[in-house]
Amino acid sequence: MPSTFLLRYGEIALKGQNQGFFIETLARNVRRAVEDLGPTEIRTAFGRIYVTVDTEPAPAAERLRKVFGVVSLSQVREVNLDLADITAEAVALAEEAVAGRSDVTTFKVDTRRADKRFPLPSMETSSRVGRAIQDRLPQLRARMRHPDLLLQIELRDRAYLSTGTIAGPGGLPYGTGGRALALLSGGIDSPVAAWYAARRGAVVIPVHFHSFPFTSERSKEKVVDLCRALASYTGPLDLWVVHFTEIQRAIQTAVPDALRVLVMRRMMMRVCDQLAPRLGALALVTGESLGQVASQTMESIAAINAATTLPVLRPLIGADKTEIMAHAEAIGTYGISIRPYEDCCSLFVPAHPRTQPTLAEVARAEAGLAVEPLIAEAIERSARMAVRPPERTPATQGTP
Amino acid sequence: MAEREIYLDNAATTRPHPAVIEAITRTLAQEWGNPSSLHNRGLAAERLVGEARAAVAGTLDASPEEIVFTSGGTESNNLALQGVAHLARGRHILTTAIEHSSVLTPLRRLSEEGYEVTELPVDGEGRVSPERVAQALRPDTILVSVMAVNNELGTVQPLEEIGRVIRRHAGGGRPVYFHSDGVQAWGKTPLRLQAWGVDLLSISGHKVHGPKGVGALFIRKGIRLTPLLGGGEQEGAVRPGTENVPGIAGLGAAARLLASDLKDLGPRLSALRDQLRRGLAAIPDARINTPAAGAAPHILNASFPGIRGETLLHRLEMEGIYTSTGSACHAHDPRPSHVLLAIGLAPDLCTSSLRFSLGRFTTTDEIDAAAAAVARAVAELRPLVR
Repeated sequence: MPSTFLLRYGEIALKGQNQGFFIETLARNVRRAVEDLGPTEIRTAFGRIYVTVDTEPAPAAERLRKVFGVVSLSQVREVNLDLADITAEAVALAEEAVAGRSDVTTFKVDTRRADKRFPLPSMETSSRVGRAIQDRLPQLRARMRHPDLLLQIELRDRAYLSTGTIAGPGGLPYGTGGRALALLSGGIDSPVAAWYAARRGAVVIPVHFHSFPFTSERSKEKVVDLCRALASYTGPLDLWVVHFTEIQRAIQTAVPDALRVLVMRRMMMRVCDQLAPRLGALALVTGESLGQVASQTMESIAAINAATTLPVLRPLIGADKTEIMAHAEAIGTYGISIRPYEDCCSLFVPAHPRTQPTLAEVARAEAGLAVEPLIAEAIERSARMAVRPPERTPATQGTP
Repeated sequence: MAEREIYLDNAATTRPHPAVIEAITRTLAQEWGNPSSLHNRGLAAERLVGEARAAVAGTLDASPEEIVFTSGGTESNNLALQGVAHLARGRHILTTAIEHSSVLTPLRRLSEEGYEVTELPVDGEGRVSPERVAQALRPDTILVSVMAVNNELGTVQPLEEIGRVIRRHAGGGRPVYFHSDGVQAWGKTPLRLQAWGVDLLSISGHKVHGPKGVGALFIRKGIRLTPLLGGGEQEGAVRPGTENVPGIAGLGAAARLLASDLKDLGPRLSALRDQLRRGLAAIPDARINTPAAGAAPHILNASFPGIRGETLLHRLEMEGIYTSTGSACHAHDPRPSHVLLAIGLAPDLCTSSLRFSLGRFTTTDEIDAAAAAVARAVAELRPLVR
């Protein structure tokens, strides 16, 4: 049975001359998100996108609610612009909504008439449909504020009826915001940062620094799984795994204890600095949050930033750890991030890292490092992995 | 990864022996009947289970009706401990601080139910003293659970003496049940259940080149445990559920195998372990945690101060050498091993420890190669961590 959804997009509607580009991209992303579920039909009209997929509603909703740019979506029933048809469908929907639910006792009908060819004004339509519902379902009382059941009717080329709204992620369509490398450590923060950048339309290319045997194969698998979770929002991702072992070794031998993490971060920046132009990326995305750890003080951030000429985007700079964790939970990366494998940041953490390093001090610390050849080798031995979205099982969640 | 493979993690699991694989596949393909069925197919399957039971009993100096098949060591331990506790009157249980989690966790659960559980400390070699057991026994003690061989250190526990202490204490009064987790001991060290007065002993198939998902519990004749599961009459109703016939056949094959050469295998493994011990002891700063005497022949635990066990493990993995940090069941737990802490090892030595465990397929060339590789890896990693 085909399922039809109405998708609302917020900010895009405010775009000027480029609006068409944004909407086309969004429509394309919407198609990509669901077309493997069944034959898909997409129409864009009047600030809405209508999607019909030949599949059950739950799996389609689960995909659609993850498309960046979608503010909310509703499953809709489509009928002719005819009051009798609309009323019949509305009553049927209300019956479905209350079936077996003793907690649904109040309702409201909300009509929006975009197409004024329909003879009846919105208010009048609402009250007539409402009366019909009450005749059939006398246990329901009309209530204008916070009804248990909100039945929405949109009158356009046809009439679209829905009884629930599912929140989307908002943001801008993926692919409208340029490319950026997203540094993924395997921790909680970096995938959330990458998600935020992607939500604003940036195409993210995840980069992971792998240091076997100092970190395990499982920690790499963890990053692949994180990318898979992100890919459920973005579509397929290209993960770059940088061979970081030799750099780790060199840092451990040549750099003073207290500055190792900082120098490690600077080496990561340098690798990205050279990798980015090859991959067409214009910026870096990191999970740094001001003051969270020693390498995220203002002084440390400045010292790390100095190792690259690319803009470093830090979507989490002002977020508290608890907020980041809650967000990670919501986007499905938290459970993966807390798997107990070492990531390259938690290894070799010195007891007393410097929190207020100066650039001169850092330069001295790096004096014993053969920076250029190390970076060249790390990039030389990097590998690209294509990560596809997970096999998405039919969702059970999603509001009715 | 390296082409050769030197597998020194046999305390975690072992490679199934060809005879075991053959027994399992033959059973799956041909003897797929339900032992409870009345027809010939059922009878054939029942016979296989009976033969396996006899083979397992033979290795334990037990009679077949004293063997109950389970899903493995964890279930055997749970069945023994909970089954006895719910059966006996009295509320006190004695165990040691170095038991496997499949003993400690059910006992902690029992303590939440109101039982009183005493975890006895061990000495620097990981051994519990019979005197301590004697001191800790109380009039209301119903159960003593002491493992036969510790899985991380290889230390052999004095079960014979503990059995004597228990018998002396119980003399005339109500019974004190004696359980032992024999998972690491089976096939490696002698188990004289009758002489030692052990009432319950847990064993597992996959530690002796048998299959995973199958094990057994020895239950001394006359003891009727409360089952964990409700169901049919299989395994004397102590362990209901249709028998895992292929797994049991594989376990039987493994039992026959170890019965055939227990006398040779022990000394052979001991010699290999001593060879490894000499090799590792020669590494600067290395500390061997496994006692020189009174240890099972297949386990050697050593610390390499300053180097994280996990890093060394992965470094050795690059040369095809497989080892373990702590015991495999909680190798992912970042806390230091409770066993190594219990023998008084400093936390740094705990986190820098590695367990090498040998098996029937281990060769002297492999031991030489492994010892040399560890020496190289330690020399390479040490300057990195200072």
